[in-house]
Amino acid sequence: MSKQTAAPPSAAKAEEQQSSTGVMDAPPDVDSKKLKQERDEAKERQKDRLSKLSREQAIELYRQMLLIRRFEEKSAEAYVAGKIGGFCHLYIGQEAVGVGSISAIRKDDYVLASYREHGLALAKGMTARSIMAELFGKATGCSKGKGGSMHMFDKELGFLGGHAIVGGQIALATGTAFATKYQGTDQVTLCYFGEAAVNQGAFHESLNMAQLWKLPCIYICENNQYGMGTSLARAMSLSDISKKACAYEMASEFVDGMDVLAVREATLRAVERARKDYLPTLLEIRTYRFMGHSMSDPGNYRTRAEIEKYQERDPIKLFSATLLEEKVADEKTLEEIDRKVRKEVEDSLRFAEESPLPDPEELYTDVYANPIEPGRK
Amino acid sequence: MSTLTIRDALNQALKEELARDESVFLMGEEVAEYDGAYKVTRGLLHEFGPKRVIDTPITELGFAGLGVGAAMAGLRPIVEFMTFNFSILATDQIINSAAKMLYMSGGQFKIPIVFRGPGGSAFQVSSQHSQALESWYAYFPGLKVVMPSTPADAKGLLKSAIRDDDPVVFIEQERMYGHKGEVPDDPDFTIPLGLADVKREGKDVTIVARSLMVPLALKAAEQLEEQGVSCEVIDPRTIRPLDIGTIVESVKKTNRVVIAEESHPICGVGAEISAEIMERAFDYLDAPVKRVSGADVPMPYAKNLENLAIPDVERIVAAVREVAYID
Repeated sequence: MSKQTAAPPSAAKAEEQQSSTGVMDAPPDVDSKKLKQERDEAKERQKDRLSKLSREQAIELYRQMLLIRRFEEKSAEAYVAGKIGGFCHLYIGQEAVGVGSISAIRKDDYVLASYREHGLALAKGMTARSIMAELFGKATGCSKGKGGSMHMFDKELGFLGGHAIVGGQIALATGTAFATKYQGTDQVTLCYFGEAAVNQGAFHESLNMAQLWKLPCIYICENNQYGMGTSLARAMSLSDISKKACAYEMASEFVDGMDVLAVREATLRAVERARKDYLPTLLEIRTYRFMGHSMSDPGNYRTRAEIEKYQERDPIKLFSATLLEEKVADEKTLEEIDRKVRKEVEDSLRFAEESPLPDPEELYTDVYANPIEPGRK
Repeated sequence: MSTLTIRDALNQALKEELARDESVFLMGEEVAEYDGAYKVTRGLLHEFGPKRVIDTPITELGFAGLGVGAAMAGLRPIVEFMTFNFSILATDQIINSAAKMLYMSGGQFKIPIVFRGPGGSAFQVSSQHSQALESWYAYFPGLKVVMPSTPADAKGLLKSAIRDDDPVVFIEQERMYGHKGEVPDDPDFTIPLGLADVKREGKDVTIVARSLMVPLALKAAEQLEEQGVSCEVIDPRTIRPLDIGTIVESVKKTNRVVIAEESHPICGVGAEISAEIMERAFDYLDAPVKRVSGADVPMPYAKNLENLAIPDVERIVAAVREVAYID
């Protein structure tokens, strides 16, 4: 039942390299020859996969990843400038996970995510304007300025939130999958969470029910290898997360999260299982966040060398190289995409700046769908 | 009208609402094949089948969250906790998801779900199985909290809770499932949430009582009548939103009030009602508000100690006499 694929060598090596304390001044461990070899191997794998996509599809994936990257860079700037409050968890480095997987589903499928969800919201089709305005706490934001960075929602587009209690969305997503099966549709649910959420009870309780009742939910563990400042090695006795599906007799795969096409293909397989047979899947997608846990994270638990090592595997760099080498796009095309994407992000910033704050009366709206005046018969 | 137990009145409400709306389903531990740990769900599996009446594993956080997610996608779940003590495991989903979803989504996702089951003390089941948790849930904006005390209220309020578009925490009382009373047969009989009920009219002292304390307060009122004290007994029925207006009106008439509750006194619903009365009717009070609460201890097992931990008729009578300055 359970399908396992071996971890790519780069990921296995990464795990060995995690020190127990993760201090900044640990000796650099970059074997540049080996890195190049790994990158080349990844590129070869990606080239094989590219042949299954149309040119338009491939370029659209690239555009979406770049949009997320530029959007998050701008979010970081706006945060530092004091325009965005609270917490702000960026998706930089993980773009291939969201874009690759969401490209494998339909508009009417559901997506539920953790608090690191700006990129996923963009991939699901929400506008940069509605997300940036939400980050700015403006009335025009996707949640009317009431949710903020961690609570993006769009009912129309099937984006069912940003949830900020680690693992909480896993049970909710199991519920949306339950509902679509109950209603007799063939919709699927994609549920995103970090690897640290795997230690929560909600993960295990949900996977048990999903397999027991055959619910069309695809559990996507975005394994960026750190739960805030705690490395996977320091937090999990069995750190090979895809294996945990075995405990529930659930199908699972280990996926290279730096390759947008690998993510897409694995998700397509899972989606087919879900649509046809209502079967859930656990995908462990190995990725890396290039920024801190949140904007306030000094990041002194991992080495510069480690970050640079993964930046060599930057999913956007990898894909642009593949597109160029395979002549799917030329430099000019990619530059044009970057120009358009930057413009879109600039526009979202302007829109957010110029949008009004929520009306003070909004404080008391949306608490209840059926507000009751007590004592009224 | 039929004479039913609270158990059967709840069963009827569930049956009628399952029949009325295909999007309503019921899930929980032992609700289906076992017919319910307290038989509230008896016969429902047989009538509605395993798609609508679902036995869950013992996984409270998981199935509570599953219910909230199903509500986001358009269903109207009824989630039974075998007892509310077990809901403690599910509080993350009740509080962080159900109560806040509509607000933090800017009004996009309503959560029409009912979390129901028995709460409060039972018969010698000791500390972990005897807790009155209404003040926890009533604390949170976004939730509604209901506690019926009669078969008719149980049926009418549960039907309203199921039809309501917000998450409702519906706490039944374990000791009261066998209590009998008249219940209307009309399948459209409902009682609105947020409406207190005057269970007995009187003029000298107001007793505010909920759930298990209502029948005790009514007995106390009978005894006090013989002693020449006329008591008005008010059952808020819905703890959030609280119909404080009906309580305050009564206090303005009687000028004296006793609040009887099974729960611990600290940060309890009685404390809230007392504060509201002080804010709204201070000048009408002829005596300080008096609470009769459960003992501020974990529930003991021994019968004699358990009896001491739960308010009884005698203590309510004594409190009324105290605020009436009789003794």
